Amino acid sequence: MQYSIEADNLRKTFSGKHQVRALDGVSLAVEEGTVFGLLGPNGSGKTTAVRILTTIIKPDGGHARVLGHDVVKKAGLVRSLIGLAGQYAAVDENLTGRENLQMVGNLNHLSRPVVAGRTRELLEQFNLADAGDRPLKTYSGGMRRRLDLAAALVARPTVLFLDEPTTGLDPQSRNDLWEVIESLVGGGTTVLLTTQYLEEADRLASTLAVLDHGHVIAEGTPAALKSELGATVLEVGLSTIDEAARTASILGTLGPHTPTVVGTVVEVTVDNGPESAMAGLRYLDQERITPTTFTLREPSLDDVFLELTGRRAEDETVDQTDDEDQQRRRDRRRAATEAMPIATGELS
Amino acid sequence: MTTAIAAPTASGAPLPDGMAARLRWAVSDTLTITKRNLLAVTRIPEALFFAAVQPIMFVLLFRYVFGNAINTPGTSYVNYLMPGIFVQTVAFGAVSTSIGLAEDLQKGLIERFRALPMARSAVLTGRTTADLVRNVFVVIIMTIVGFLVGFRPTTGVVPYLGAVLLILLFAYALSWGFAVIGLSAANSETAQVMSFPLLFPLTFVSAAFVPVASMPSWLQGFATYQPVSVTVSACRALMIGGPTASWVIQSVAWTIGFLIVLMPLASWRYRTRT
Repeated sequence: MQYSIEADNLRKTFSGKHQVRALDGVSLAVEEGTVFGLLGPNGSGKTTAVRILTTIIKPDGGHARVLGHDVVKKAGLVRSLIGLAGQYAAVDENLTGRENLQMVGNLNHLSRPVVAGRTRELLEQFNLADAGDRPLKTYSGGMRRRLDLAAALVARPTVLFLDEPTTGLDPQSRNDLWEVIESLVGGGTTVLLTTQYLEEADRLASTLAVLDHGHVIAEGTPAALKSELGATVLEVGLSTIDEAARTASILGTLGPHTPTVVGTVVEVTVDNGPESAMAGLRYLDQERITPTTFTLREPSLDDVFLELTGRRAEDETVDQTDDEDQQRRRDRRRAATEAMPIATGELS
Repeated sequence: MTTAIAAPTASGAPLPDGMAARLRWAVSDTLTITKRNLLAVTRIPEALFFAAVQPIMFVLLFRYVFGNAINTPGTSYVNYLMPGIFVQTVAFGAVSTSIGLAEDLQKGLIERFRALPMARSAVLTGRTTADLVRNVFVVIIMTIVGFLVGFRPTTGVVPYLGAVLLILLFAYALSWGFAVIGLSAANSETAQVMSFPLLFPLTFVSAAFVPVASMPSWLQGFATYQPVSVTVSACRALMIGGPTASWVIQSVAWTIGFLIVLMPLASWRYRTRT
């Protein structure tokens, strides 16, 4: 088996007023030409893993290799083989799209004609040809992300790292970007993708690892992970807390999964969606309970977490308010969100 | 966009081995980053304002509002003022080094640069070189403004160019100090806030605008020998005459000292900032 990315027991602790153990023994192996999804909430260690694998920071412990080269000892070589597109759309606001791509080409030490050719090609491929000579200030959130991804591809990397490529994008831009990523994978590029969206990981990745507090808590194909979870989630809204409690005990009889109650909303993972839904409705009717909403939906990252850890996925970055570095990253995230036309929350 | 994007066939140029190739990369990367930073200056009107309009306001303010109340024995106030304005302007301008770097960090550009096979030093050398180029324009503009308000250097072209060179070198050294600040600040606003408490005493408690002899005696030692003052005094001597050698030597010594301390410090800060 040929692995393009291998990580062995990676550890990283950020010091500061609050010590943050970002990675606590993470091991990964990504097969050549596949898409690997690293799934987890904010603060679970996804970005730290990507920063180590892309040579931006050094691990405190463990080893990692990209295309067989150690990311610490052969950092320069690794950099010439990889592409990175980040969740913060790291493109230069003051330059045009074309100038951004040319800058990255020059910093990759490609020859002048190659840089010009690649720039034209990528602007075309990413539907940015018309906007190529406009300053980035006029770009929408989706256009910025596409340019960011294009910048990662200037030197034709064989391994591509995408750190939350669609976070904060509206559904249409998200779909566009998914199509671009799919076509890249069709061309043989190995991709490591981090995401907070189970749907995204499911659509793009052939293998998944779920990160929590710097640990890999589950690994496998999206199908295996989902079947382990039950295929769908039944979500029922009631008018009173009392009704919600009664509904929870009724829905608990549908299968092996325990319902959860948040306010007046009851959720339960079910193995056979439509059948369970009909049974649930029948039981509720017998008890004279009329739900205000009744929905069958795909499981979200939240559901995966609930199933795997028994608790909801939480945004852990809130605990680290005093760390200067976290502050910077939060600022950056805020800047990125402000730039987006529509900031969508969880997409389930 | 649904067709498969061609399989990867080529990556960047092979890595350089040997000093000459490495140096060539470092120079080429520095030029790329310099160009990028200079393009940014032309694209942000506020930055242009900061670089040009503000110093012109200072010239007008001191020349026509405060100047008549300031007594400068042996020379007209405008001739006394302009060398001070030159140094003050490039010192204030150096703040843009710290703001620019803090912004690049904040926006994630430095992350992208760190994952590229470029010379690591180029982010800093490119930034400071761009500021040097910008300062050349600033000095030209200020020379024209000076002449318009009655500044008349008395020593000739060669000493004048010598003074300009001294100012540019001093400003370049200062840029590295502000690079350290920019790399230490949490964001660009903090970088700016951290810079001014340093700049104000250096530019105003100095020989730039008023003769040091008019200050209280406990302030005169600092006001005479601090780096901005000795550079102003050296430029004044080179532009309108007076004892030159000692001031020039002191200014050059500060410049070299700053570079020796601040270049490694900024590079270390860049490497260790996570």
